[in-house]
Amino acid sequence: MENFIEWISQPWPWYVAGPLLGLTVPILLLIGNRSFGVSSSLRHVCAACVPAKIPFFSYNWKAEAWNLFFVAGIVLGGVVAASVLSNPAEVIVAQSTQQDLRALGITRFENLLPSEIFTWDNLLTMKGLVFFVFGGFLVGFGTRYAGGCTSGHAIMGISNLQWPSVVATIFFMLGGFAMTHLLLPFLMRLSGF
Amino acid sequence: MSTIKSEKGFALAKYLLVGMFFGIVLVKAEVISWFRIQEMFRLQSFHMYGVIGAAIAVGMLSIFLIKKFNIKTVSGEKVVIKDKEFRKGQVIGGFIFGLGWAVTGACPGPIFAQIGIGYTVVIVTFISALLGTWVYGRLADKLPN
Repeated sequence: MENFIEWISQPWPWYVAGPLLGLTVPILLLIGNRSFGVSSSLRHVCAACVPAKIPFFSYNWKAEAWNLFFVAGIVLGGVVAASVLSNPAEVIVAQSTQQDLRALGITRFENLLPSEIFTWDNLLTMKGLVFFVFGGFLVGFGTRYAGGCTSGHAIMGISNLQWPSVVATIFFMLGGFAMTHLLLPFLMRLSGF
Repeated sequence: MSTIKSEKGFALAKYLLVGMFFGIVLVKAEVISWFRIQEMFRLQSFHMYGVIGAAIAVGMLSIFLIKKFNIKTVSGEKVVIKDKEFRKGQVIGGFIFGLGWAVTGACPGPIFAQIGIGYTVVIVTFISALLGTWVYGRLADKLPN
């Protein structure tokens, strides 16, 4: 048992993790006829908490409550992974990526997220404004405008051979490349790196 | 929204379990890592492409088998998957989401997992994402789509 825990505590390679993530698609379909997707949970929370008579939020969100249970599960999964299955070793980041990020001012690579950005101390600084507030807004606005995110479009949509999802995924990637290579250096300087 | 009968109470607990499974894999695969997302957008590691590609391959094969053999849900319903309609939002919104993905190092699923592993400040990212969703909803009928 200890050996087993030790073994699954290692970071999982893509050929193990990828297929397991893909299995979420048939599991959700077969246990309740649910189409895999995460970003709709954000819409359901808005509809439940601040519908403000907006047509987009006027629907029976309770019928979609399964999605809120699913995302609560993701939080719990994170708790389990970080406590029972935590990996004692440093995260392995490609040398070339480390080099590029060092040039931008990031010097610490020991955790899953850079400890120079993702702390409460940065909340009321430009770092917080850029990386949490602005970044989060783009994720919420963009995924809803696109009608889905990596799960709903890239995995579920493409798996079901939906060409609009292929288009969406291409533009997810283009946005990511544009941010990483064109805007991020500027945003990092702006936030004091 | 969906026409599938909605479940209540204890029946919803199974989605909590599937979410947990999904969350654990997200963390153990390190796809919730800001650094891993940077590797992906800098084309400096195959990891994320392998994960997403393999997930799509398994999803595609599953849906193919479900349709081919007309596999029913556990409660005996026919599996229904709605077709996606093309809208301009998939281009404009998709690009905007991509911008945010590279800044936060997270898509909506990983945001929840990042909070779970103890980066509680990501709750702020989550609230901002809710705000972004709300603003989209408010403007939905005025935006090109």
